Amino acid sequence: MKELIQQLTAVYGPSGSETAVADVIESLVKDKVDSIRRDALGNLICEVKGTGDKRIMLAAHMDHIGLIVTHVEKEGFLRVSNVGGISVNHSRARRVKFQNGVEGVLYEQVLKENEKSKLSTLYIDIGAKDEAEALSMIDIGDVAVYAEAAFDVGPHRMSSPAMDDRSACALLVQLLRSLPQKHQSLVAVFTTQEELGCRGAAVSAYSVQPDEGIALDVTIASDMPEMKINCVKLGEGPAIKIKDAASISHPDVVKRMIAAAKAAGVDYQREVLPYGGTDAGAMQLSRGGMPVGTLSIPCRYVHSACEVIDLRDVDGAVKLLVEYVKA
Amino acid sequence: MELKTLCEMQGLSGREEFVRKAVKDICIEKLGSDAVSFDGTGSVIAVRKAKNPALPRVMLAAHMDEVGLLVISATDEGLLHFRASGGIDARVLVSKRVKVGYGEAAIAGVIGETPIHLQTAEDEKAAPKMENLTIDIGAKDKAEAEDKAPLGTPVTFDIPYTPFGDGYVCAKALDDRVGVYNLLRLLDTPYDGELTFAFTSQEEVGLRGAFAAGYRVQPDIGIVLETTGANDLGDVDDAFKVCIPDKGPSISFMDRSSMADRGLFKTVLAMAKEENIPHQVKKYISGGNDAGAIQRAGAGAKTVVFSVPCRNIHSPASVCCLRDVDAQYRLAQATLRHLMKG
Repeated sequence: MKELIQQLTAVYGPSGSETAVADVIESLVKDKVDSIRRDALGNLICEVKGTGDKRIMLAAHMDHIGLIVTHVEKEGFLRVSNVGGISVNHSRARRVKFQNGVEGVLYEQVLKENEKSKLSTLYIDIGAKDEAEALSMIDIGDVAVYAEAAFDVGPHRMSSPAMDDRSACALLVQLLRSLPQKHQSLVAVFTTQEELGCRGAAVSAYSVQPDEGIALDVTIASDMPEMKINCVKLGEGPAIKIKDAASISHPDVVKRMIAAAKAAGVDYQREVLPYGGTDAGAMQLSRGGMPVGTLSIPCRYVHSACEVIDLRDVDGAVKLLVEYVKA
Repeated sequence: MELKTLCEMQGLSGREEFVRKAVKDICIEKLGSDAVSFDGTGSVIAVRKAKNPALPRVMLAAHMDEVGLLVISATDEGLLHFRASGGIDARVLVSKRVKVGYGEAAIAGVIGETPIHLQTAEDEKAAPKMENLTIDIGAKDKAEAEDKAPLGTPVTFDIPYTPFGDGYVCAKALDDRVGVYNLLRLLDTPYDGELTFAFTSQEEVGLRGAFAAGYRVQPDIGIVLETTGANDLGDVDDAFKVCIPDKGPSISFMDRSSMADRGLFKTVLAMAKEENIPHQVKKYISGGNDAGAIQRAGAGAKTVVFSVPCRNIHSPASVCCLRDVDAQYRLAQATLRHLMKG
């Protein structure tokens, strides 16, 4: 699992530019699925026929947040806006990289008296001497992401700027590799543009038209100092979502997830998150609607350059899902 | 149809009937009545069948509606209170002439505010609030005002379409009659794949027409012809000008409602360069448009947006450069030609 997460978090893929991630995932799962296709928004849709009477869509999003270049200063500095939920506080003095390999430093300009930090006070320095040189390296509209590579944190944990949601992509890849003998028909969708409002999940749910939708995503762990909410902890198992701001999980899905956790002998946590949302929110409202749920990987420092997850939670999630999809 | 005629038509969101009638007549004349249909939101959808079904199914979209006001009540003195239909900054409204009501039945009105002689130092600092503004229609009392302009009466800006300078024009409703104008000019443009012209309703209140049209048509590719706010007046840092009139239509990589398909975005940029069509990349992430709805309709579509830079957008006196309007037309034409080459 560790190697898989390392491999998937290393790939460039902010919202709207997920092709490279889809290429890697396709190479990893193509022998395990019956059909594979991509749609207009770049979703990677992998179908595995099963013996059960249900067709379940499992969605893990490939995209993560980034900074999009909106303007190049005469002095060669890049002005940026956000792709997804970028926090200014987490963006000062960061190493960033573009798809073409250009790297730079994300920094904040000197603020005037009483001036507040905002995205427009940030800039990226790519070492260009002027506008022309900068534009020979990158284009307006190119997207930078936090450049940190994944690294180990303690014996069981890992950090990377792309844990949201490549750790769940890894989970879904691992599930496809570990399917039980008899299982429901599954459609694994590696979705796009989740961070911009679950756009990939909305259109893929429409075309897939499953009987049930399960989102696989990280959720905000609250076991750090001075956290205001009391939600899930790292290392205590995958979290079965009851509710967030975008969806209420179908009670039957929650019940079956809990039963699957027990059958698999996996520790689990119940999750009620007062904000946030996952692809489940979009799937739930597709066409005539469908029962949905989310299985979450607890994650510290979500939407920062150093998101931390616990590998034991991901392993537990794989076991839980193997049980859940049994027919 | 002339841009002047289109801009001077009244057409609030959900009340696009005049524009719809004009668009419908031209579409039927050029494409035949079988090609033209309508939906419950008020959009006009004209479809040209494919000669070559292997080509992508393309939808061109422009919205018919404009921002304006709606009457909500009358005061005892016969003045009308109102609220905005679409996004309007109250500061652009003071002392403006408006048409209250529609077509032949419309009456003149003017939006009043406290005269400068009577304003306090504090008043001068504060922006006017919409709830404090009223429309004066010359009514003597509440009963007369309610009779002439009952609750819900549409109100549009009253300003003639005025060419000025070297190729500039000042008018209301350039957003998005510019797109409607070009869409009508494109009705007979060469393209052998299925081509849909969506003249959408209710964009200004949340892309409502485009959601329905996108769902119904479910194209492979959506090309939206729009206007977008140019913020190049006054002492504005280059990073916040968004786009600049007379530098060509802006091509968006992203806005608050949609992300352009990266491949399509890059292709269009390269093509515009190669064909010498003036264009600029929109340098700010703001606003949203029909692409947000079309991108997410049904199983999804690739989208790209071409916007004519517009100063004072969403005001009675918006300003565009006609060279940009023409370049938007040529850019759409060239994109279709390019798609046909495969």
